[in-house]
Amino acid sequence: MNRTLLTKLGVIVGFLLFFLFGIFGIPKGFSRDGLLAAMGERIHLGLDLRGGTHLILQVQVNDAVNVDAQNAIEILKEQLRKRKIDYADIIQPDQQNNPDHIVLKGVQASARTDLMSIVQERLPEYDINGGAENSWTMAMKPTNLAELKNKAVTQAIETIRNRIDQLGVSEPTIQEHGLGQYQILVQLPGVDDPARVKDIMQSTAMLEIKQSLGGPYPSEQAALQEKGGVLPADAILLPGHSMPGAEAEGPAWYLVSRVSPVSGKDLRDAQPSRDQNGQPSVSFTLTGDGGQRFYNFTSAHVGDMLAVVLDNKVQEVANIHEPIRDRGEISGGRMSEQQSKDLSMILRSGALPAGIKYLEERTVGPSLGADSIRAGVRAAIVGMAAVLVFMLIYYRGAGINADVALILNLIILLGFMGYSEAVLTLPGIAGVILTVGMGVDSNVLIFERIREEIRNGKTPSQAVDQGFHHAMTTIIDTHVTTIVSSAILFIFGTGPVRGFATTLTFGLLANLFTAVFVSRVIFDWILSRKQRGEALSI
Amino acid sequence: MEFFHDVNIDFLGKKWYFLAFSLIFSVAGVLSMLFWHGIPWGVDFRGGTLVYVKFSHTPDLSAVRAAMDRAGLRDPKIQSYGQAPNNEVLIDLAQKETSEQALDRGKIQIIGALETNAPAGKQDLNNSSSLTIKNYLMDKDPMHLGSDADQKYTAQAQAIVEYRDKTQGGVLSSFDQLKGAADPAAVATLPDGFFLSDFGVRNVEIVGPQVGGQLRQQAGLATLYSLAGMLVYLGFRFEWIYGVAAVVTVFHDTLITVGAFSLTKTDISLTVIAAILTLIGYSNNDTIVVFDRIRENIKLMRREKLSEIVNRSINQTLSRTILTAGLTFLTVLALFLFGGEVLHGFSLALVIGILIGTYSSIAIAAPIVVAYQDWRMDRGKRPSAMPAKAR
Repeated sequence: MNRTLLTKLGVIVGFLLFFLFGIFGIPKGFSRDGLLAAMGERIHLGLDLRGGTHLILQVQVNDAVNVDAQNAIEILKEQLRKRKIDYADIIQPDQQNNPDHIVLKGVQASARTDLMSIVQERLPEYDINGGAENSWTMAMKPTNLAELKNKAVTQAIETIRNRIDQLGVSEPTIQEHGLGQYQILVQLPGVDDPARVKDIMQSTAMLEIKQSLGGPYPSEQAALQEKGGVLPADAILLPGHSMPGAEAEGPAWYLVSRVSPVSGKDLRDAQPSRDQNGQPSVSFTLTGDGGQRFYNFTSAHVGDMLAVVLDNKVQEVANIHEPIRDRGEISGGRMSEQQSKDLSMILRSGALPAGIKYLEERTVGPSLGADSIRAGVRAAIVGMAAVLVFMLIYYRGAGINADVALILNLIILLGFMGYSEAVLTLPGIAGVILTVGMGVDSNVLIFERIREEIRNGKTPSQAVDQGFHHAMTTIIDTHVTTIVSSAILFIFGTGPVRGFATTLTFGLLANLFTAVFVSRVIFDWILSRKQRGEALSI
Repeated sequence: MEFFHDVNIDFLGKKWYFLAFSLIFSVAGVLSMLFWHGIPWGVDFRGGTLVYVKFSHTPDLSAVRAAMDRAGLRDPKIQSYGQAPNNEVLIDLAQKETSEQALDRGKIQIIGALETNAPAGKQDLNNSSSLTIKNYLMDKDPMHLGSDADQKYTAQAQAIVEYRDKTQGGVLSSFDQLKGAADPAAVATLPDGFFLSDFGVRNVEIVGPQVGGQLRQQAGLATLYSLAGMLVYLGFRFEWIYGVAAVVTVFHDTLITVGAFSLTKTDISLTVIAAILTLIGYSNNDTIVVFDRIRENIKLMRREKLSEIVNRSINQTLSRTILTAGLTFLTVLALFLFGGEVLHGFSLALVIGILIGTYSSIAIAAPIVVAYQDWRMDRGKRPSAMPAKAR
């Protein structure tokens, strides 16, 4: 055997060992179970094979935009007041779809320069244009708007990840989904009852501590009546839990301050605890900065009431007996122990910047996953065996060559899966099977060509040479086209379909190596041992 | 062994038969899509709720239907699923039942409707998660555990669920089956808080209407991009008419495959689209192999007519074409027969597609190229030398 051939053989053995390691790592035992366990650790199974929940969430990014716009309106009002500019009204004409559109009504044209400078200095992310009848329209600049929306999605992903991590779900997938539709894909392996996880993820958990200015009132009208028909400008009405001691279950309304001295952003920690009545509650501590603000607020309002507001619902009101620095408690609302645990966890993970909505939910029970693996593996073994046997019968000696290449192809493909983070799904197993069928195409192309060349009177070594040479262009063309369609699948697909694209692509790449290089080396090796003129078994 | 030795079939001479054959199938498919079954979009694309249920006994479909009626669920499609001994039923609720605010309402209603023998205050063990079971065990504390109760009961609950799902296939028919699966004390308290319904939920798919439309659009785009990619690649490697011929061929394959789905009323799911995209690649492979041979032969046989060259090329590659198609077909057939119900649509698309794809590379792609060259000749121009550049 000559030197180059030896080197090539070395390369092949090296590849083989490298990818075998990719599949099995260093197995603890070489029994069937030991090998399967080692393989299970290296190759990640998709949700459809191991069971679990797949969710697609829509982040309602307009919520985040709306918060920003309302903030901008507050700034505008404050500045207009400061500069003594009169205005009739400031509104968001289309809060649902374009919350960043703000219309100022009744600002005299003479105030133009002032107005411009307010927007330029304080609200640089907005554009302002004059319209008819002293009205002015503002809208967020497209780049700022896009940035804000994307930030809402990133933040939502971050928050959801925090929450799911604390639930102890192993290997969750949380990532942006689709092409710019502000969607999030969440995959939770092993979770087959998603109701609780869904509630936890969806909870916006916006905590605010406000001053309570009155209440509880049995209805909104009652509150209005007591205040003489008009609410103070700096106050809003919020619903709360049913009135303490009330016979009938019904909402209670509270009048609270519009501003909140402390919000969820100021939380350092939140833990489940019990209130003085022994009921489950959540106690929290504030950051240094937030604590200072809370202290200032409570020292100024000793004797007043404060309201703990969660997601725009008054959770409880309490008397301020003395200045409080950095601790607080959320109780009331007849929390269960599980709820107090979940709420403290949600508060620790931070608030969602925008609401979320579920678009898609799929649950695969583990029993189905196990059945799918069985079915997939059986189909793979049957298909593979059929091809291997056929090649042996049809091409005899060269059939062994093709079979060796095919098995190596599979080893490389599975090794790829082991090394990469790619997941094996049920369609992925189908991709493996299909690789066997399509991979053998390269061998058939080459072998048929060699037979043809032999028929045309070439010597075996010339025929092998010509066969590989001629088939090469075709092989490249066919591989490129299939890989192109797999790539498109990978870009457009999710989950199972992506798994299919992955195995098909890896399989075809591996096939380029095995069918062209490995198979050739085997032929060369056989030819090198043959007498000149001896026939080739093909 | 050799199947095809020195074959010389006049494929181009039979082009009218091929055309008739293709037309019959395409037109049948298109008519079915337009006037009969429509395009049978799967839940991925049309939105809706699918619940796959496994019963512990042979399911009585009319009883299931009656239960759905009682729950006020309108027109669910109910059909048995998979092989008969699996006792599986698929319940398919149309999109209007699924508002986006309460995406899983349909699922909850279906499960509630099926739990006909539910005693008051008890939960269904066959459809409880391990968390529910753990919370129940924590409450009862049958093993009198101290500080690490949480962990130990979690393990017990997981063992019970695992046994139910992996060993019993998802449905328990009696509490006695759990003996040995978990701690006897824990198992003994279960009947106080749980009952056993006669079914377990295997799989749930809920797709909101918005996603459905979006996915349909994406699937269409993906198919178009695939076709465009082929056109560009082949135009670059050969000559534009070859790209066009290949794309027409592939379009023909896709049409017939989708038509077959419409005719057999098989749901087109996401994986079916994946299969169709794969077929686009596969059918192109076959076409390219023939085109490559034509290109090579044009250089060798300068005197011959193009139709003669094309015929010769098809015959020369016939052995390869049939062999590869046969082998790929073998693997796909294995998938269709043994791959399980989840892959049914996917493997069906591949089985049909590989047959059609192989046929069309011979019967459609090559005749288009020849017809184009003949048409050019008729207009008095020289046939363009096929390999613009033989790369």
